Amino acid sequence: MKKINAKVNLLVIISGVVVGLASLLLTFLGNPKNMGFCIACFERDIAGALSLHSAAKVQYLRPEIMGIILGAFIIALVTKEFKPKAGSSPATRFILGAVVMIGALAFLGCPLRMVIRIGGGDVNAMLALLGFVLGVYIGTFFLKRGFNMKRAYKATLVEGFSMPAVAVALLVLGITAPAVIKMSVEGPGSMHAPFVIALVVALVVGALAQKSRLCMVGGVRDVILFGDFKLLYGFVAIIVTIVIGNLIMGNFNLSMLSQPIAHSSTLWNILGMMIVGWGSVLLGGCPLRQLVLAGEGNGDCAITVFGMIIGAAMSHNFGWAGNPDSVTELGEYVVGGISNGGKIAVVVCIALVLIISILNCKKESKKNG
Amino acid sequence: MVDARGYLCPMPVIMVQKEVKENAPATLEVLVDDECAKENVTRFGKSQGYNVAVEDTDDGFKLTFTK
Repeated sequence: MKKINAKVNLLVIISGVVVGLASLLLTFLGNPKNMGFCIACFERDIAGALSLHSAAKVQYLRPEIMGIILGAFIIALVTKEFKPKAGSSPATRFILGAVVMIGALAFLGCPLRMVIRIGGGDVNAMLALLGFVLGVYIGTFFLKRGFNMKRAYKATLVEGFSMPAVAVALLVLGITAPAVIKMSVEGPGSMHAPFVIALVVALVVGALAQKSRLCMVGGVRDVILFGDFKLLYGFVAIIVTIVIGNLIMGNFNLSMLSQPIAHSSTLWNILGMMIVGWGSVLLGGCPLRQLVLAGEGNGDCAITVFGMIIGAAMSHNFGWAGNPDSVTELGEYVVGGISNGGKIAVVVCIALVLIISILNCKKESKKNG
Repeated sequence: MVDARGYLCPMPVIMVQKEVKENAPATLEVLVDDECAKENVTRFGKSQGYNVAVEDTDDGFKLTFTK
């Protein structure tokens, strides 16, 4: 038993180290600093590339997203884990996907970028981790009290192939008709590693994440629920790898201020990540895990990813996303944060997650009673 | 019998945990339909002192817990 656990843990740790190295490599090759591999940011950039929002600085067809989906898809096919299934509260999942994205963009990153930012010394991300853990704790509170979005059922092959097919279609679109795709000329969207290298790295990450079940939310959740540290080892492995890499490259900066594409509006960082932790626990995994499961043929996770992309579009179309701290031409430091509309959106998202949590528990308790 | 087919992790483990906590059965059959649930439920069963036998079924796996 101990040997089996050690083997399982080793795979998660290796996956965490590879994700950390991939993030450092892609940052070195051009991706924005402390954003080597952010699922929320990259889905947001894809939403922009497809003209779903018009924020000119965050538009690029990030191949990392397609690579993760297809890496997970290929390894799942090879190991016979590809199983089309769907039907577990798809509309609720779509809404939760959008809500998680709105929370993530208030903070400016998904749980994976939070971990990457922590590894770069970003104190804002360390504080946001408190909100994230609180959110995961609240989510597990509801899971223990019977939160249930009902089971999924075996689905058609078409349903299972839908997300991998969308990923292939986006790659084909990007290669054959780049004029259709919007690409930022300044800002984070203009910073990117070479397309093919990013795609290949993401294929490896997707395959490893599928095999190891790596999940940022699962790491904290399983410790709270079962005292199971397996997935948390991956979480820690990413941080350790990135801290070491950043120290070697001279990019480690322990500070709240002047962090790359980050704001120091602490309350909203904490609340944003609380939504992400809470919503992701209800969804069964973090944004990275949703991509991997969608690649395995899970239609419910595919619809969650689509919800996240729409959430990203809403965040930018309505100006709810976080604005990074900046420095004026006169050298004055300006704290960013989110607009009043963004604050209202965050509060509404908290209310939505709470309502979904309570109502899905009530149904269960009535049936049992 | 716990039928956890169609549920994403961690739901299968939560369902089994609830059954074990409330009824402490000497034997328990659990149905799951994916590899991840099989691994996690097996690990949970062993952590609770059960022997866990895994059998392939038409749409997944049957896990049998015995003390």
